[in-house]
Amino acid sequence: MSAALLIDIILWGTVIAVGFVVWRRGPKLMTASFREGTMSFISVVPRIALGVLGSGYVAAVIPQEIITGWLGPDSGWLGVLTAVIAGAATPGGPVIGFSIGAVALKAGGGAPQVMAYVVAWALFAFQRLLLWEIPFMPARFVWFRAAVSMPFPFLAAAIAMAIGKP
Amino acid sequence: MSDQPPKEPAAPADEAAEGEASPRRARKPIGWSLIAIVVLVVVSATLVWRRDGIDGVLDILFHDLKLFGGILPRVFAGCLLGAFVAEILPHDKVSRALGPNSGLKGLLIGAAFGAILPGGPFTAYPVASALLTVGADFGATIAMVVSWTLVGYGRAIAWELPIMGTEFTLWRLVISLPLPLIAGILGRLVYVRMYTARDADE
Repeated sequence: MSAALLIDIILWGTVIAVGFVVWRRGPKLMTASFREGTMSFISVVPRIALGVLGSGYVAAVIPQEIITGWLGPDSGWLGVLTAVIAGAATPGGPVIGFSIGAVALKAGGGAPQVMAYVVAWALFAFQRLLLWEIPFMPARFVWFRAAVSMPFPFLAAAIAMAIGKP
Repeated sequence: MSDQPPKEPAAPADEAAEGEASPRRARKPIGWSLIAIVVLVVVSATLVWRRDGIDGVLDILFHDLKLFGGILPRVFAGCLLGAFVAEILPHDKVSRALGPNSGLKGLLIGAAFGAILPGGPFTAYPVASALLTVGADFGATIAMVVSWTLVGYGRAIAWELPIMGTEFTLWRLVISLPLPLIAGILGRLVYVRMYTARDADE
């Protein structure tokens, strides 16, 4: 069984289980919240379309070599800083983010720099913020969360330097 | 984190959609973010066209259309889940467990919840939004979102482990473990300074 299928099963299983709880509270409640979920789906679809169809082009024009070139082991804190910026600027899903990280490691990138890159990418890749987080969350929350997360890639790099791992 | 079940491997296609994909909600009809994205996409598509010709443009389009079709059902599931969760979570209990006065325990609950949440961004964000609606504060919600993105088992198992290797992934996870809590604490501190202080002035 493929992992994708497994995910779908877990996801829809959760939806059905939670939906069942709602239904137990009253079929009317179920109808109302089903309609609400459907409405938010409909309103979100055009934006997803733009994001999905558009981000392929954005990813295609950002040369990955430029990103990996910045992350050398002797780059120190400047390297960490560029890694954070690169992480935030990396478009695309986890395949792209982790692949760039892996290439950087293989190409001789420093572990703390790559750590900072991966953590920054996970926390505030601009594309995920704009295209996934802002549509679903209040914008004020998103910017607040991103601002609060700002120190963490540096912290992660500092810990990696201190313990000498990975 | 003890209740984090690594038994379910996770998230490929859903996560693949994450960055290569994207939504926006009609709550704010057309904002600057949307305009910026449209401009970015048009410029990028033009660059691809000049570099690779019309074939390059179409290649990417078809690939992304397939991706789009694949993630739509998942987005629908995420939207339903968000609506259901908002419906069944008892407001008073959520604000006690995850509200501004929930203390470290609230942040821990938020972080644990984020770590075990199934699915990709299409579930994490609707559910986080639902939590905010029913009384969780910024701190606990930040802990949840940061935990989902940094500690969540889905991405780590499906993507990071095979691509980055075991050693890097494990160390990355270990180093990341305290971050959701710190983010929640920081979020709460800053939020209180920023907003309640201002309210008191008024």
